[in-house]
Amino acid sequence: MTVNAVRSRRNVFSDVLIVMTRELRPVITDPFSLVVGLIQPLVFLLLFGPLVSQDLGDSGSPWAWFVPGILVMTSLFGTAGTGSNLQFDLQTGTHERLLVTPLTRSSLFIGRSLKEFVPLVIQAVVVIIAMIPFGFRPDPVGAVLGLALLGVLGIGVGSLSYALAIAVREQDWMFWTIHQTVIFPLMILSGILLPLENGPAWMRLISQFNPLTHVVNAERELFAGHLTGANVAYGFLAAVVTAIVGFIFGLRALRNSTK
Amino acid sequence: MIETVDLTRSFQSPGGDVVHAVRGIDLRVSAGETVAVLGPNGAGKSTLMRMLSTLLPPTSGRAKVVGHDVSTHAPTVRQSIGYVGQGSGAGQTQRAVDEVVTQGRIYGLDRAAARHRASELLSLLGLEHLALRKSSTMSGGQRRRLDLAMGLVHTPSLLILDEPTTGLDPQNRANLWDHITAMRNETGMTVLVTTHYLDEADLVADRIVIVDHGQIVADGTPTDLKERNVGDRLTLETADRASATRVRTLLNNNRGTRGVTSAGQVVTAQVKDGRAALPAAIAAAQREGIVIAAADTRAPSLDDVFLQLTGRSLRDAGTLPRSESDRPSNVVEDSIR
Repeated sequence: MTVNAVRSRRNVFSDVLIVMTRELRPVITDPFSLVVGLIQPLVFLLLFGPLVSQDLGDSGSPWAWFVPGILVMTSLFGTAGTGSNLQFDLQTGTHERLLVTPLTRSSLFIGRSLKEFVPLVIQAVVVIIAMIPFGFRPDPVGAVLGLALLGVLGIGVGSLSYALAIAVREQDWMFWTIHQTVIFPLMILSGILLPLENGPAWMRLISQFNPLTHVVNAERELFAGHLTGANVAYGFLAAVVTAIVGFIFGLRALRNSTK
Repeated sequence: MIETVDLTRSFQSPGGDVVHAVRGIDLRVSAGETVAVLGPNGAGKSTLMRMLSTLLPPTSGRAKVVGHDVSTHAPTVRQSIGYVGQGSGAGQTQRAVDEVVTQGRIYGLDRAAARHRASELLSLLGLEHLALRKSSTMSGGQRRRLDLAMGLVHTPSLLILDEPTTGLDPQNRANLWDHITAMRNETGMTVLVTTHYLDEADLVADRIVIVDHGQIVADGTPTDLKERNVGDRLTLETADRASATRVRTLLNNNRGTRGVTSAGQVVTAQVKDGRAALPAAIAAAQREGIVIAAADTRAPSLDDVFLQLTGRSLRDAGTLPRSESDRPSNVVEDSIR
């Protein structure tokens, strides 16, 4: 058997698909990681839910406010650490193995980032279904749009995480240090767990520059069935901008790493 | 198959110094050859391999691999070479068969062809029963064979192996080489390999290139290198130290002997033809009234050649660098991975 067809131009789309399929395979053959990723949001819902539900007793089900926040949190925690997988591949030689193949460089990065969409959406669906018996009533169309928005955010955060992993590949301990330093302020300053409406003005101001704030707001509107509000548009814009910024940083880091 | 002209690579070390890992290497490898690159740690072997496999652009000089320049036609080079690096190429969470199929897909095989090729390679390499195992659960030897399978999916005309047997026990090393040579004999592919093990280079390579301090210090067939650089080793043992000193003087005065050294009662020297030199040396000693207690001659090993050329034995080359300043540090080479 010979493969002599030296193609001068590769199909970036099929390259991305190859990389993405490869990354998704362990998720399917060994769904344990998916289950582990579900523990945190479900524990938060179980323990935080009753507390928050008392404070927010005004507009029907309290879950309408809390569940979308937890979904965004899952998306953040599920994808922000994904760079550590790449870091492992950089250390073991697995990444090198792919670099030596004719795959286009950008597909290596984009394929990995796009993969984040799938496990995230699966987890979100499980969380939503689990909350229905407790009285969570998502708008069906809004939920589908909300899942798409979560996925886009996941791609963005995931690609930023990959970019970070490549950038600090020579001091790998930095990855988790930066991860921890960034992730908690981002979460608190987005109103995921506690509403910011009653917070101090400076917190509310900073939160306006946090893409997560807009994504959370959009998710709450979407799950409540308000599909056309300005918050929804801002949410999608924030997620798409995050993804674009992640791609730019990630691709640049990858190119620099092979020079 | 490979042609490099004045190939050079320098790194900025973390301390800010410039480290010249590869300095002006001119290397030619013809189609079908198996060439082993030998050298101590930090000699520049891996940097050379990484440039030839397009993982690292050269600082200056040129390298053509399978007819294409590595700098300007990297994608074309990548399509035609197989590469097995020092690390583990298979993802830890991936199953063996999936990784080989993915490689097939990357090189343009359709799904069915990739599956067929994967099962063919896995059974050739004795891994068929491990096809569904995750690579993290495989042994070191099995993982190396999986790496080999991944590198061979597209039947490359050139296979580049960077220390493929490091860390394997002798049995697994021999087993891996059996597989590599079998595939080479079947496909006629060119093989370029770096190794720490001289015996393995001696056994499998048509040609040996010794690299030290980023430069080629010797290039030839194993036999050629041994004859040219060292010759046979002659060992004479006397009854006491005084006699040993006299034998040493005797051998030193003889034109055909070189590199005479003594340790206690044992004197060693390099000679061109050990079988002829041995009785002559004994006779000469007896003429002087010296009693030779034991005598031996043996063909030189590559380690002797290596010692002669680089001033250190390859076995301890990794742990005994000449000095930190005059060799590129491993830290730098590792950090660019």
